[in-house]
Amino acid sequence: MKENEIQDELTSIRSMMERSSKFISLSGLSGVLAGVYALIGAALAYNIIYGSGGFFSYREYVMADVDRSPARLFTLILIALAVLIASVITGIVLTIRKAKKKGQPVWGNTSRQLLFNMTVPLFTGGALMLVLINRGYFGVIASASLIFYGLALVNASIFSFKDVRYLGICDIFLGLLAGLLPGYGLLFWAIGFGVLHIVYGSIMYLKYDR
Amino acid sequence: MKIPFEKLDKAFENRLRLQIMSVLVVNERYDFNSLKELLDASDGNLASHLKALEKEDYIRVHKSFLGRKPNTNYEATATGKQAFKQHLDALEQIIKNQKTL
Repeated sequence: MKENEIQDELTSIRSMMERSSKFISLSGLSGVLAGVYALIGAALAYNIIYGSGGFFSYREYVMADVDRSPARLFTLILIALAVLIASVITGIVLTIRKAKKKGQPVWGNTSRQLLFNMTVPLFTGGALMLVLINRGYFGVIASASLIFYGLALVNASIFSFKDVRYLGICDIFLGLLAGLLPGYGLLFWAIGFGVLHIVYGSIMYLKYDR
Repeated sequence: MKIPFEKLDKAFENRLRLQIMSVLVVNERYDFNSLKELLDASDGNLASHLKALEKEDYIRVHKSFLGRKPNTNYEATATGKQAFKQHLDALEQIIKNQKTL
């Protein structure tokens, strides 16, 4: 056996180990786009909650005075859902495209495990948040959503890139901080779901997509 | 210096078998169809190499049914993992020796 043959052998072993245990077709670009959607959504929500006096205008309301009429709540939930759906669709489309390019099955062993490990904390958090909203605890929503999303990412990262884990840890940290500073939930949301996604997506794009 | 070719495992001489083993050391279990898709191998070829590895007692086979479809899962045995590790060590040794020559 010649040396380059052995090198070949080792490369193929490494590639098989990685491709069989990690879902490497996550798209970085979709992370950037999800971040942009989140920022747009946060800006719209800011306008609805704090009025449209411009971003640097004086904040007249404190959290307790914010109008909680069902109509306004409904609009806010609608914005959040629109951001979520747009992000998920973008993610799926771009991931399918990347998986085709990489020759990795979109619906294989690894993507199934990735999804399962992500869904459990995500749905637990979602259900808990519905319970809390129902009881009128609006203040903890920003904190709880960031924390559970972060936990979902950390859990899912076993089956994908390490970078996903760092994004998750940052989100958990931000969520805890949001819990310490009630009333700034929207700001933490914009950072956690907007800015962090753009940063993470750009890193992923530069590292793996090109 | 003597090159330890004899330490290389004969069972892993075939590239496909080595790849099957690499998949099974990092995954608890892997089913036949996913393996086929991942390795881009034909049914017959993959099955015969899996059989060979099973004969060596390197892998264990679990047969079950998903609805009506048969679903075959494979798992690496402790012997298999050990053999795979030794094979890798041997490959590494060969490269090292060639570099010092």
